Amino acid sequence: MGLVLVGLSHHVAPVELRERVALDPERAGALAAALGEGRAEAVCLSTCNRTELYVAAEDATGAESRAVEALRELAAEAAAELGAVVYRLHDEAAALHLFRVAAGLDSMVPGEGEILGQVRSAFEVGSTGPVLDRLFRQALHVGKKVRSETAIAESPASVSSAAAALAQQVFGALDGREVLLIGAGKTGELAARSLASRGARIAAVASRTPERARAVAERFGAQAITLDEVSRQLVTVDVLVSATGAPGLVVSAGQVAGALARRRGRPLFAIDIAVPRDLDPAIHDLEGCYLYDIDDLEAVVAESLSGRRREAARAETLALEEAERFREWRSSREVVPAIASLRARAEEIRRSELARADARLERLTDNERRAVESVTAQIVAKLLHLPTVRVKQAAATPAGAVYVDALEHLFGLGEEER
Amino acid sequence: MAELLFWPAFLAYSEAVLAYAGNVRTPGLAGRLATWGVRLGWLAQTGLLAVQAVRADGFPWSTWAGSLNLFVWLVVTAYLIWGCRPRYRLLGLAVMPLAAALFLTSRLGGGTSVGGRPRYSDLFLALHVGLVLAAFAGFTLAAGLAALYLWQERGLKRRRASVLRVRAPALATLETLTGRTIAVALPALTLGIVVGLVRLREEGGGFDALMAVTLLTWLVYGAYLLLRYELGWRGRRTAYLALVGFLLVITVRLGLPLTHFS
Repeated sequence: MGLVLVGLSHHVAPVELRERVALDPERAGALAAALGEGRAEAVCLSTCNRTELYVAAEDATGAESRAVEALRELAAEAAAELGAVVYRLHDEAAALHLFRVAAGLDSMVPGEGEILGQVRSAFEVGSTGPVLDRLFRQALHVGKKVRSETAIAESPASVSSAAAALAQQVFGALDGREVLLIGAGKTGELAARSLASRGARIAAVASRTPERARAVAERFGAQAITLDEVSRQLVTVDVLVSATGAPGLVVSAGQVAGALARRRGRPLFAIDIAVPRDLDPAIHDLEGCYLYDIDDLEAVVAESLSGRRREAARAETLALEEAERFREWRSSREVVPAIASLRARAEEIRRSELARADARLERLTDNERRAVESVTAQIVAKLLHLPTVRVKQAAATPAGAVYVDALEHLFGLGEEER
Repeated sequence: MAELLFWPAFLAYSEAVLAYAGNVRTPGLAGRLATWGVRLGWLAQTGLLAVQAVRADGFPWSTWAGSLNLFVWLVVTAYLIWGCRPRYRLLGLAVMPLAAALFLTSRLGGGTSVGGRPRYSDLFLALHVGLVLAAFAGFTLAAGLAALYLWQERGLKRRRASVLRVRAPALATLETLTGRTIAVALPALTLGIVVGLVRLREEGGGFDALMAVTLLTWLVYGAYLLLRYELGWRGRRTAYLALVGFLLVITVRLGLPLTHFS
């Protein structure tokens, strides 16, 4: 059974084309079912960065044509543009590609975690059989293994996640830590959301416009306050996020110093993602205060991404090893029919010989008969065990086909009884 | 038998040191190898101490080198309580080289051999030496935690872009653990000192400089707990205080041969 991958991704196709062929899970499932008709198997993986159709079929050429045609239908009037961007991979190359995708090695941000969930969703709605079932399970395993055995996914890949990771470096788990958000814009809300997703509680939202502060505060279940009330909040909060459009400083070092006296040494982590800056840079010089502005956060992200790229080399090795394992599995599958025939032939001979000896065995008790059955079955199993193991091992090598031929020739497998 | 157990323990500790260094460069497998090195080394050293205890006529670690052997075991034991977690592997880089070096020093001084007869009673030695060494082991670990805190804090203050690259415990965690370790170690030191003073009074011995430094050590760590838990001191100030206390611990350890084992 051949394995075919037909697809396009952000590496080669512009977003205008990618959005045309993008599929929601329901349509991905329907297309997989259509491509998997007959004895074929199919999975459609569609994300914002890629649409890839994986098909396993006896007639690999026909399956590939059907997959390309399906993409052309999705692209509709942009079908002509597909020719230059669609890639087609076969067998082990297709498997390696999927393993790299699941590991996040083919993503814009190396090691990003979302893709693993998308691979799982595609697998769940796919029309799978033995080949794609094994392929996708192994891909999910590769994805998890790469993330647990390398540091590719450990470091933050965006300003908001870098801010949250730095806060964790100060406080550890953010559960129950209180956040004061100054500014009711999208940027600040995104950073606050990143902190909230890690367990922090958005305690208060301050803004020059009370209505906007209330709207954002409601979304977080927080208290809306005015800028005049910020000093009071500084005594209790652990993290301060500021992202206003104010032309000057919103919080001075003096305000923070005043609050520090009543904080009993608790650290304060401040994130200033406004330009021009909202928080007095001198805050960073205060004992127990850590202030990171947008440049600092972007430097952390840049370093983090370069770290991810370094880890990607190790992840590539893991993906290659798994692709080799998949190749060995597929090769061993090719000898399965020959081994099954051999075992069936041996069992058939055993039963026919027992039947011929039936007259001589009729004086045996039931227990003795069962013992004869068991002993003959064990002899057959033991005789076939080593050849079975050796043929499976050989299947993963270029000599595999020779072994299968030899097996069929020596035991007359597939020949009609004479 | 004791000699046979020293080398596996020492080699395992040395392997852990190298693996911890490798883990800084490439986290993962090296870190796991380091942890196993510490575990296996600790098991071998535990066996060594057991053999010494069985074969000795009395408390087997009454010499300076012998007490160093026990001290290393206590430090590694304390480290193992939370050192196995991946985020604390940097602490291993601080603690294990010290442990390996002191262990070797102990052997060179004859502290890993069997036999010998102590000058003092078993009960006194077990209480006084055991408690003081357990406290010192705790203070050593606390110093490692405080040093790791200062290193991590400096990275955050300097806004090092690579501050997240090396996995290290959070500042708050390091500070809490330092405080808790000292809070456990100080009562042990207190009891150890009391036992020593009781014996001193019974035997009419003199009060020497080393005893004064030990009392000063007690005062520094007592001040640490008071300032941290009662007056709300946090951060660098308490970390430096823990390191000052550790300098006194080193002074006491180095001064022991001059006053107690001369």
